[in-house]
Amino acid sequence: MDKMKDIEWAKINKDVLGSLESPRMIFWVVLAVCSLLVAAGVAAEAYQYNEGLGVALMNRPHFWQLYISNFIFWIGMSHSGTLLSAVLLLTNADWRKPIYRFAEAMTLFSILTAAFFPVIHLGRVWNLYWVMPYPNERTIWPNFRSPLLWDASAIFTYATSSALFLYIGMIPDLAICRDNAKGWRKKLYSMLSLGWMGRAREWLAFRKTYVLMGCFLVPLAVSVHSIVASDFAMSIMPDWHITSFPPYFVAGALYSGCAAIITLFVMLRYIFKFEEYMTVDIMDKIAKLTFAIAMVWNFLNFSEYASIWYSNDMYEKEVLIQKLIGPYWPVVWGMLLCSTVAPFAMAFEKFRQNMWAMFVLSIIIQLGMWLERFQIVSPPLASNHEPWTWAVVWPGTVQMTITAASFGWFTMLFLIFCKVFPSVSMYEVKELVFHHRRVSARSEIEDLDKEKEEALRAQEGVA
Amino acid sequence: MALKRMLENWSDFRKDDYYDDTPYMWGMAIDLNNCIGCGACVTACYAENNLPVVGKEHYSRGHAMHWMRIERYWDDPDGNTDVDIAGKPDIPFDGHHDNSNDPDAVTFPERGAHYIPMMCQQCNHAPCEPVCPVAATYHSPDGLNTQVYNRCVGSRYCGNNCPYKVRYFNFFNFWEDLPHPLEMQLNPDLSVRDKGVMEKCTFCVQRQRAAKDAAEDAGHPDYVEDGAVQTACQQGCPTQAIAFGNLRDPNSEVSKLWREHQVKLNHYEQEKDEDIRGYRVLEDLNIEPSVMYMDRVRDTEA
Repeated sequence: MDKMKDIEWAKINKDVLGSLESPRMIFWVVLAVCSLLVAAGVAAEAYQYNEGLGVALMNRPHFWQLYISNFIFWIGMSHSGTLLSAVLLLTNADWRKPIYRFAEAMTLFSILTAAFFPVIHLGRVWNLYWVMPYPNERTIWPNFRSPLLWDASAIFTYATSSALFLYIGMIPDLAICRDNAKGWRKKLYSMLSLGWMGRAREWLAFRKTYVLMGCFLVPLAVSVHSIVASDFAMSIMPDWHITSFPPYFVAGALYSGCAAIITLFVMLRYIFKFEEYMTVDIMDKIAKLTFAIAMVWNFLNFSEYASIWYSNDMYEKEVLIQKLIGPYWPVVWGMLLCSTVAPFAMAFEKFRQNMWAMFVLSIIIQLGMWLERFQIVSPPLASNHEPWTWAVVWPGTVQMTITAASFGWFTMLFLIFCKVFPSVSMYEVKELVFHHRRVSARSEIEDLDKEKEEALRAQEGVA
Repeated sequence: MALKRMLENWSDFRKDDYYDDTPYMWGMAIDLNNCIGCGACVTACYAENNLPVVGKEHYSRGHAMHWMRIERYWDDPDGNTDVDIAGKPDIPFDGHHDNSNDPDAVTFPERGAHYIPMMCQQCNHAPCEPVCPVAATYHSPDGLNTQVYNRCVGSRYCGNNCPYKVRYFNFFNFWEDLPHPLEMQLNPDLSVRDKGVMEKCTFCVQRQRAAKDAAEDAGHPDYVEDGAVQTACQQGCPTQAIAFGNLRDPNSEVSKLWREHQVKLNHYEQEKDEDIRGYRVLEDLNIEPSVMYMDRVRDTEA
């Protein structure tokens, strides 16, 4: 296991700032592909906007489909960034330091992706603002009992807070960038670093603000996904109306988000040559964390199945049976295979410390979690309370195009971020190195002390 | 002070039936013994409520806009009432799949079909109402579950949460290509709905409105005679299977039927004798639907 080495501070600056310069060819290729995907998505949305939502092949009873699944998927992905940053910050876990910056960026961009879906999904997008409680001369208010309204509020709060958290944590690094940049970058970083000089007072204020934001963000993140779960749990649909949905959704969110962090971890490690910062040791720890969350998620999933099975509620039981052997069985069994069986590979240390194995596994887990979101939305609608309306509908081209576009949009934002802002926190890595140095220095001194004492004792014994 | 006023009136907010001092509560009773499944009610509803005829292609995709529909069910000969969608993928649910040329398709028995006309049940604890983010659907003092088309943003949560799946969404602008003289057939008493809006049965609210206006002109604003309001489906029904009226009026036909069949709005208060035909669909969900059905008498020996 290669521990974090003693790296020169100047080298940290050089390595990270190097990642901001002159993108390679592959960067432009990926960016072009992503832009094409986004363009296709915009075209699909324009078509749907003109024709009506019917072109997405949704119908009655399938009023909701992939747009809502994707919404949950992206909101879920945003959660692990907050977890990694805020929770591990509050628990003083050192190993978060080299990886939290890109995890936070992932949080922000996935929530920006997620925010599109409820909008795309609306029948009359042009009246979107009616969902917000804005003052108007007719004193018409939105319906505060509706989980969709809670959703809108939660997303706005979460997007602004996670953007602030990302930005605040970046200020000292932006100052380093400012000191080394030229041209438009110099202007940008000067503006964004807010005149950071690295005085003791600034650090003090910075630390307090950062920890405070962390304290605020943890409960917020949990509440956001609980509210998304309420979209389902507050309804009376069989297999949506489930009390355990909020914790189940939060666990699922952290699970898929941790998998996404692993994917990006491996990619950044090799693309930007961050081997010295993103060590195997850290990967081992993220994998353990992911494994633990996977087990929580599985527990909640199976306890949900069990409580439906033993409840003898005929509607819910029917949906459960239809999930497992009905027309949507490939989705459900695919989910169980990818998200329940596959993560057990992480129980083995050799597997956890193999970067490429973890990379493949993280993609498999994300696929499983994406299927999980689909099977939350569609099968209960397909076998609802009213047998006469039962119908099986698969998402059509328009929905799939917009889904692909969302992945393109996310990757595009992330790539641009990596080239404009430092994706590894320089100052925190320096702290990490400093702590290591201090620890090793201390142990050296302790060793010397011990030798000295032993020598003294030996002398006394002789005397 | 708002908080003080709220605390003083707290009991009002907790009232089970918020509008129990209003003179109207519209309800329906449908005798399935009389229903022959002819579909005249469906046709009448299309004509009265400006429903778009979507055509075969849209119908097969599940975009039909029939506020009133006739559902068909067959009793399984083995007495098994479970409908299995896994084993019979070719069942033409709701006519979504055209399997007339498929030799392996499941065929239905010639006889023994039961019909049930299904429309919005105007639930008094309506699941669709609390979930609308913009309060486009709300409960009227008449006991109606109203849909405000102009306010609807099309989130479709109400449609998901409706256990009867009787809410219909305008997936397209079905009126766009209406050829010239055909707009003359539209009912001027109500609007046509644009794309992106949810709609559903209103118990012919435009007729109720007219009857109430007439009653007001006649000098009794709080009382509409029984039979003064007829819904289109009721009027169209050749066997008079449908009764419609005011449940608050103890002498109305529908009230009598509800009493006779021992159906009460709150299903926990019901204490039904045996061999009573009256029931409400999915009433165990505690949603207090306003439509009572009288079960068909089956000759199980034949």
